[in-house]
Amino acid sequence: MRSLTRSLTVSPGLTIGLLMVMVWVVTAAFAPWVAPHEPTAMGVGPQTAAPSWGYWFGTDQYGRDILSRVIYGGRYVLAIAPASTLLGLILGTLIGLLAAYGRGWLDEVIMRLLDAIMAFPIVVLALLALTVLGSSTLNVILVIGLVFAPLIARTARSAALTEVRKEYVEAARLRGEGHWYVMVMEVAPNIRGPLMVEATIRLGYAVFTSATLGFLGLGVQPPAPDWGVMVSSSRSLLTTAPWAVLAPALAIAAVVIGFSLIADGLRDREQQ
Amino acid sequence: MTTPLLTFNALSIAFRRRGEWRTAVRDVSLSVQPGETVGLVGESGCGKSTLAMAGLGYLPDNARILAGEISLTGESLATMSPARLQQRRGDTIAAVYQNPATALNPALTIGRQISEIFEYQKGLTARAAMTAAKAMLEQVRIANPEQLLRAYPYQISGGMQQRVVIAMALAGEPDLLVLDEPTTALDASIQADVLALFDDLRRDLGVAMLLISHDLGVVRAVCDRAAVMYAGEIVETAPVSELFAQPKHPYTASLIDCIPTGHTHWSHERLASIPGYPPALGERGAGCAFAPRCPVARAACQQQPVALAWLNNSHASRCLFPEDTAAPGGNRPPATPGRPAGERVLESDDLVVGYKGVRVLDGVTLDVRAGETLALVGESGSGKSTLARALTGLTVPDAGSVRLDGTALPGAQRKRVQSTRRALQMVFQSPENTLNASHRIGPALGRAIRELGGLGYRAARALVPERLAQVALEADTANRRPAQLSGGQRQRVAIARAFAGDPKAVILDEPTSALDVSVQAAVLDLLIDLQQRRGTAYLFISHDLAVVRYIADRVAVLFLGRIMEVGPVERIFSGVRHPYTAELLAAIPDWAQDHPSTQAAPVMTGARDRPTGCPYASRCAYVMPQCANEPPPVREPAPGQQIHCHLPINELPGSLYE
Repeated sequence: MRSLTRSLTVSPGLTIGLLMVMVWVVTAAFAPWVAPHEPTAMGVGPQTAAPSWGYWFGTDQYGRDILSRVIYGGRYVLAIAPASTLLGLILGTLIGLLAAYGRGWLDEVIMRLLDAIMAFPIVVLALLALTVLGSSTLNVILVIGLVFAPLIARTARSAALTEVRKEYVEAARLRGEGHWYVMVMEVAPNIRGPLMVEATIRLGYAVFTSATLGFLGLGVQPPAPDWGVMVSSSRSLLTTAPWAVLAPALAIAAVVIGFSLIADGLRDREQQ
Repeated sequence: MTTPLLTFNALSIAFRRRGEWRTAVRDVSLSVQPGETVGLVGESGCGKSTLAMAGLGYLPDNARILAGEISLTGESLATMSPARLQQRRGDTIAAVYQNPATALNPALTIGRQISEIFEYQKGLTARAAMTAAKAMLEQVRIANPEQLLRAYPYQISGGMQQRVVIAMALAGEPDLLVLDEPTTALDASIQADVLALFDDLRRDLGVAMLLISHDLGVVRAVCDRAAVMYAGEIVETAPVSELFAQPKHPYTASLIDCIPTGHTHWSHERLASIPGYPPALGERGAGCAFAPRCPVARAACQQQPVALAWLNNSHASRCLFPEDTAAPGGNRPPATPGRPAGERVLESDDLVVGYKGVRVLDGVTLDVRAGETLALVGESGSGKSTLARALTGLTVPDAGSVRLDGTALPGAQRKRVQSTRRALQMVFQSPENTLNASHRIGPALGRAIRELGGLGYRAARALVPERLAQVALEADTANRRPAQLSGGQRQRVAIARAFAGDPKAVILDEPTSALDVSVQAAVLDLLIDLQQRRGTAYLFISHDLAVVRYIADRVAVLFLGRIMEVGPVERIFSGVRHPYTAELLAAIPDWAQDHPSTQAAPVMTGARDRPTGCPYASRCAYVMPQCANEPPPVREPAPGQQIHCHLPINELPGSLYE
């Protein structure tokens, strides 16, 4: 705990990043108490009203309160992003450990396969998968997790490569430990640091990707107040009521930047 | 009296750690006169490198000079401008560090790196600078400098790299060289060679040296005068001959007695050990820093700081009772005879391991008996560690077999059964990597006892305190992580781990080479006691022949993957020996003499240029026409000693054993 408070004071970026993310986490968690209106209730105010004291972020074409929708929208993004990152982290770590520990041809096969997957843009891969699987929140989590796994696997592999050569790994082999025990119990705890940094970077990208999929209509479906969906359904208002697009867009940007500041702060701490 | 080149006057230096200033160097006064070679010895953390850095004006940002003064030829470092300091770093003082590989830029040729110093410091043209670089390489005894000038650092050996670094340091014609552990990273025979070079340099160039080393043998071989540091203070300073013959500080005396002499086996003379640990940075008591560990401490020692007092005009000690210091050997406990060797436990038969077309092990046959220590010696690249890995199955041999208790084992570790793993264990070299940094000691050791001892989780955990006690560690070590332990403590845990299933044979791969001498003595003692109690067979891999002389019953000498010689330790050290063994032995800084004689540099050979005959032929001083093509016959000058050499017994180097 002392080291946490110290790193907060030492690294202002980490503090700002945590604050930026925490604002959305807290408001989303307490949305029913914080949000002034029901997010999907139509006609709570006039249509496309500009921001005012009554409606801080204005209203959209159906007279819904945009502030309330943005607050509730955090619930989708902040559930999808960590869940998909966690899935990618688990899969990627296992694949990376297997490549580093297996060495030789196994390493070559795994890494070339991952290179091939990573040659496709993430959104294209996700589009393809969701078109086949059908769109649902669970499928969005699965797809983002799967497309992130190769990226996390590369980080896990390069961190594990220096660890698997250390003598404690040979000592474990000499007492007859199985491959999975050595990888998960011996090596994995020692690559925590770089993996945490990588996972935080991925969290930001997961927010971004889930919003993109929402915008393209492949993620959460309207009228749910997902940020991507909100930008998409209000984009025709860009000239007449820009706040309807700007509010969710700024929310996405704030969370992505927040996660990236946290990742930078963690990396600095890692390198000390 | 002339002005000293470098003077530390009542110097104290502190480091800022976690918001507190901790004193690392306290009240140090030391000077180096022109042409003089001064040694600075002490164990890790005693402040010797901090002192050297301070002398060069290279203290890190978190360090502060609390009191005292540093001066270069009478000019104070504190008042010098950065430009002036930079200039004096070339022409008055220059430094050589431990690891030549990191001191050289891997992207530039050797010629470029040396000549740019001449261009920068002397304003020479590129062509003139290259000529000067060539002359400088000749100065450090490099036979064909043109070839070396075009080479990149990775293309040359560690010994060559260190010569290049020395040449670079000499480029500005400094009056004083600061040498920080200059031979620690080198092989024994190359170390001897570099030490001989230092001798030449001071004779030919009259350059003064401040040699920092943890190795008292090196300091004794090279220096005129030495200062011993403990907990940031100089505790004793004297001419080396006097320091080693009549130490007047109990720490110096204990330290000398911790070092294997290279002349006796443990059953004839045991090494001393120093109880306890040195104080942590800035955490010493009010009195003498060594008092808590001192064999002759009295109540008065604990009360107030002790000042360095001059006993005669060249010998000073920071001890209240210098005359109580034991004479050399006086701290060594009485020796006890060892148990006789038993049956053959671990054997290898014609073991071959190849790597990328090179035979790293080329038919190695040897055996280790119960209760006996077989030492495996040879320079780096000789295949010592590969043999250890092949015996344990970490590397699968290409041909040949490994037998345990007469039963052939599968080559691969994975195919061996658990009872084999229990019976054949290994202790590794690096205290940093031997334990998993994420695991606490208790669970880690418990896991080993469970897997190797075949016990349940609870039974295994219950044994942890007892097993820790067997390696002289406190029970609360179980709650710690490796980062909270010293190198010696970590190596003790690694030994407890190897002994978890009461093994029959343990392979020890340089188990003490990364440890301080006093810690090394204690770990060697522990290994001997464990072996005497349990009758364990040891294969002890080491490049340190003095340690080998102390711990081994028999010695096997490996060169480019082939056994050159096997025999009882006393035969090899005092009888006739293989020419390669003779070369290795010549590299021990000799305890009988204060200065070594200069010898010819050995020609380095790689594993690729292996002749069909004796692999040592291309480097051997006794080479004959048949050596290159015919495999050498086995000579048996004494029972149990086998020498693979074409020389007849009476022409082998060494003397016939009486």
